[in-house]
Amino acid sequence: MASHLGGLSGAPVVRVESLIRSFGPRTILDGLSLDIDKGEFVALLGRSGSGKSTLLRALADLDDKVSGSGRLETPDKKSVVFQDARLLPWKRVLENVILGLDLPDAAKRGRAALEEVGLGGRENAWPVELSGGEQQRVALARSLVRDPELLLADEPFGALDALTRLRMHDLLRQLCARHQPAVLLVTHDVDEAVTLADRVLVLDKGGIVADIAIDIPTPRDHGDRRFGEIRSELLRHLGVETKPVLPV
Amino acid sequence: MNAFSHPAAVAPTIGYASDERALIPPAVKPRKTGTRRRLALGRAIPFGALVGPALLLVVWSIGSVAGLIDPRTLPAPWSVVGTAVDLIAEGKLQGHLMTSAWRAAQGLVFGVLIGTVLALISGLSRLGEAIIDGPVQIKRAIPTLALIPLLMLWFGIGEGMKVTTIALAVLIPIYIQTHSSLRSIDSRYVELAQTLRMGYGEFIREVILPGALPGFFLGLRFAVTYAWLSLVVVEQVNATSGIGYMIDLARNYGQTDIVIVGLVLYALLGLASDGIVSFFQERSLSWRRTLAD
Repeated sequence: MASHLGGLSGAPVVRVESLIRSFGPRTILDGLSLDIDKGEFVALLGRSGSGKSTLLRALADLDDKVSGSGRLETPDKKSVVFQDARLLPWKRVLENVILGLDLPDAAKRGRAALEEVGLGGRENAWPVELSGGEQQRVALARSLVRDPELLLADEPFGALDALTRLRMHDLLRQLCARHQPAVLLVTHDVDEAVTLADRVLVLDKGGIVADIAIDIPTPRDHGDRRFGEIRSELLRHLGVETKPVLPV
Repeated sequence: MNAFSHPAAVAPTIGYASDERALIPPAVKPRKTGTRRRLALGRAIPFGALVGPALLLVVWSIGSVAGLIDPRTLPAPWSVVGTAVDLIAEGKLQGHLMTSAWRAAQGLVFGVLIGTVLALISGLSRLGEAIIDGPVQIKRAIPTLALIPLLMLWFGIGEGMKVTTIALAVLIPIYIQTHSSLRSIDSRYVELAQTLRMGYGEFIREVILPGALPGFFLGLRFAVTYAWLSLVVVEQVNATSGIGYMIDLARNYGQTDIVIVGLVLYALLGLASDGIVSFFQERSLSWRRTLAD
């Protein structure tokens, strides 16, 4: 799927080898290995407690209080989108987007990023004045303005209503097509994973138990037969049996 | 209220009776909307805060006119106003007011500065907390008034003692509120700052200080009140000028009207300074205003 990157890719931007992470006696990640190519969109599925967030936090360097071992290579330019938009309530929208960005043209970039997520003109709003979906779009703009090589997203649409979520899927797909970051999207929504990702992984018992390339051309239709097959397969890996509806 | 016995008022909250409701014959006449009791307080009375004081003033005036209140106990409002006018004409009131305001201001400035610095040191480092928090908590447990004898032995009875007493009283609420609000900043924001690769200075400037500002302002509102409170005490214990001194002197000569003038002045100063602080509070925390409205 990374063929559009101009041939020079090949070296993965994320390399994880025999990663072990444990909380006290409980081992969450048990010798996990994973490569993510440049520009590749990977979705990570797993039951709750399977270690999805632990893996993401390890990649985001947010797990300094967790014991573990293993090799971990990630690019310097990476950004995280959390489940909550996590905007500083005392900063206006534009200031939130360019927070910590030490560039002379930060404001200009911030405005462009807001324009891209469809919030041009809301630069001076306070976060509390935005809806949940709008706040999450600001969070996306805050990530994109940093030109990340790796975008880590921890159930970014989990708290949004179904309709807003579908719109955010479209937006994320467009943004990723334009900016080409490698993406690791942690989600519990199988349809979301199959709709957005080039590759879907299932995490269970501390390791990756399924690694499925999604060979459906975009935009993907949930009613597509191949979509249904992949969904069933993923659900089986997640321990949910689906009964196929047989044609009469 | 019997509104609650009306079946239509109960059924929707129970949620099963929506079909049965149609079967109940309309034995009760439909109510006019607006007669049902509302549980909320309703609209605010315009200038409601002034109603109580105005009422007190009316009772006081009537009592004075009717001779129900002995002027030696409580002089009539107009004679208090007359005394105030006389004192202003003689230039005494302004002089005492300036002295008192200057003392309160100095104590407030020193107390706020020291309290804030201590809160920052103690809030931002474990070592700082270990060193500073204990003594401040001990100081908090000792009433400021109890310290006055010691402070008099150390600093004499001059201005230094008065300003120190006020500053010591002011420092406590500033420290407590700022420190607690520094420590209760959401760890999610700390995580965010980490993923955005903020430097320590920037983290303090952009996340910690603005996050602690609501606590600081809360402390400041207490602090202003404490400043006037301690002022009253130090001025009555040992002073040769100031509103407290004026009141104390008037007490010696049984001049109730001057005592009342001083008390009214304290009330006005307290209310005005609290108003000023809350004005700045609202302006600096305007990001929260939309929540409160």
